Amino acid sequence: MNLTLPTLPDGRVLQVLRAPSHVLSAAGLTVDPAEPSVVQLCADLVATMRVSPGCVGLAASQVGVSAQAFSVDVSGHPKTRTTHGLIVLVNPEIVEASRNEKAREGCMSVPDLTGDVKRATKITVAGQLPLSGERVLITTDAFEARALQHEIDHCDGMLFLDRVIGAHAVYPRKVYLQPRDAEGG
Amino acid sequence: MTSLAITVVGHDRPGIIAQAADALSRCGMNLEDSSMTLLRGHFAMTLICAGEADAAQIEAALQPLVNDSLDVTVREVPEEPDLPPLGSTYLVTVHGADRLGIVARLASVIAEAGGNITDLTTRLSGTLYVLLAEVDLPRSADVTALQARLAAVSAELGVETSMRLLENDQL
Repeated sequence: MNLTLPTLPDGRVLQVLRAPSHVLSAAGLTVDPAEPSVVQLCADLVATMRVSPGCVGLAASQVGVSAQAFSVDVSGHPKTRTTHGLIVLVNPEIVEASRNEKAREGCMSVPDLTGDVKRATKITVAGQLPLSGERVLITTDAFEARALQHEIDHCDGMLFLDRVIGAHAVYPRKVYLQPRDAEGG
Repeated sequence: MTSLAITVVGHDRPGIIAQAADALSRCGMNLEDSSMTLLRGHFAMTLICAGEADAAQIEAALQPLVNDSLDVTVREVPEEPDLPPLGSTYLVTVHGADRLGIVARLASVIAEAGGNITDLTTRLSGTLYVLLAEVDLPRSADVTALQARLAAVSAELGVETSMRLLENDQL
């Protein structure tokens, strides 16, 4: 079921930072979801995610803002089971996670590498909607669960590189993604 | 029975592995543990093989690769026991802006703590440097102190470092 989001203002397309960057490695600040600059940031994240080839999620740190906010949309992706459509959350946290599985991830901020990461395939995430500040719980699985965990990691200043499963679990990227084709964030 | 350590490094092209493995097989050498990969576009093969041939015979058998502008080394090695780690295995991940000395400084910290690096890979991707190391730590090692020391040296180097127990699911 799709998440009902408040209507956000028009978003601007921002430049996506690449590692190494200190903002990407710093834990984001807790922010007020009703604060106009935070609402605009959320709209900008959506706009930037929408125009970025293969991008299914984007966090504030990736556009240079140290804040706990991200957008995700995995609808239409072949690895998706449950989807909530466009998700935009502020101050997110994982409240439940189970059933770990390994999969290969990429990230717009680490564009030339991919890595094997073990993540929960069933999760419940809590967070606030931008503008209204309404607290929501999202329970999901599979690819959406992975995308949410990847973005929440960004909010905590972590990259997939911090979570890879072994010394041989990082690979040079061989396939670059086409619009709406696959993962990242 | 002899054990030989062989390295093949050079310009990559299709067929290097096939050619090397075929030469070893014809000499009755069993290819045991190996690592064969591309390092910044260079093909790099390191392997241990065992059989009845000696180093000179294998060098001669691999001569076509040398003629093909690859560097080949062959030397006899004693058999080493393949012991399981005595303590726990940790994964150290490091990423940050490339600079001289990241591996040297962090590997020294690990060695000073009695850690044995059993597997290490690095990647330079643009200006991003990534280091992944699997480290066996003896039971006597002070894990918290090592993590603190790694964090301190990483801060000096301006890189992000994490060290966590390597998951090993027994099925």
